[in-house]
Amino acid sequence: MALDKSPEDARPYIERAAPKHPALIDSEHVTADLFNIINVPTMIWIDEQGRIVRPNDVQFGTDTFVALTGRPSEPFLAAVRAWVREGTGGLAPDEIRAHQVLPTREQQAARAEFTLAWHLHRAGRREAAERHFRRAGELAPRDWTIRRGSMPIRGIDPMGSEEFLALWQEGAPRYPAAPLPGASKGPGAG
Amino acid sequence: MASRTLTLIDDGRPLTVEAVVQGDAIHLSPAALEQALGWELKPQGLCRGETCVPVRDRAALVHQDGIDLGTLARLLDRPLAAEAAEGVAVLGAAASDRAQRLAAMDAPDFTLPDLQGRLHSLRDQRGKKTLLIAWASW
Repeated sequence: MALDKSPEDARPYIERAAPKHPALIDSEHVTADLFNIINVPTMIWIDEQGRIVRPNDVQFGTDTFVALTGRPSEPFLAAVRAWVREGTGGLAPDEIRAHQVLPTREQQAARAEFTLAWHLHRAGRREAAERHFRRAGELAPRDWTIRRGSMPIRGIDPMGSEEFLALWQEGAPRYPAAPLPGASKGPGAG
Repeated sequence: MASRTLTLIDDGRPLTVEAVVQGDAIHLSPAALEQALGWELKPQGLCRGETCVPVRDRAALVHQDGIDLGTLARLLDRPLAAEAAEGVAVLGAAASDRAQRLAAMDAPDFTLPDLQGRLHSLRDQRGKKTLLIAWASW
């Protein structure tokens, strides 16, 4: 699902990829709230029974940004293929718990502020919206679905603006994800 | 104070309720509390179905012109974001609720549209392995 402000922002990417799987639009960040997603791309493995077998992890399906992220896609894609074909790579419950990040009160307060800001923005109350977008970012400074994800809504370039460069200096948020099966600890495993 | 219409977004669900707004304070009508949010004020506390939350300071919660939304949010341990002057309030999900569900490792269900506006739910994928990918153009 695309955590984009509108289907139109996500459309070119979806149409180019023409996926066979559902490609959904999550403008309200419903899934960020439910799964405590704090950055993109975030991957979560769910088994046939609807159980989480690998918690939130920042991983990449392509090498477009590998120079910036230092995280090649191949170990991840190999792990996904092995999971699909052989059922390997899922984690035991205690391993999942050890690597899960659970939401805090501040995080949930930030999400409420984000929802309010979005509503005010849509109602044309831009100044009030801006105040609440900022408040959301203050409450959850390591949540880029809020701090970077709100930039396009607020008319700020999420790639080249000063605001983005300042955010980039802080370092992209990641989860304490478990190493991929077969991967040694090192770049891409943390 | 005259009551006005308030948009109350309850865990993502927009509701229209009657409320009295004074400064930053939002007082909901008891009907809004009961019909829109499903909570009822009883002698033993705030109740919804079998669940009751004790109310120690009833005066902080119950005012002459309604139920104080800020006190209600604190009692339920839920985040409240509000712009009272614009008549909008958001009652978010409690961190404890979200954390409990994630720690239980059952993937919470959701329903979202695709580019054509067709709705899909996570539960539709039951019986298949699902790689959930959160991405964005930004």
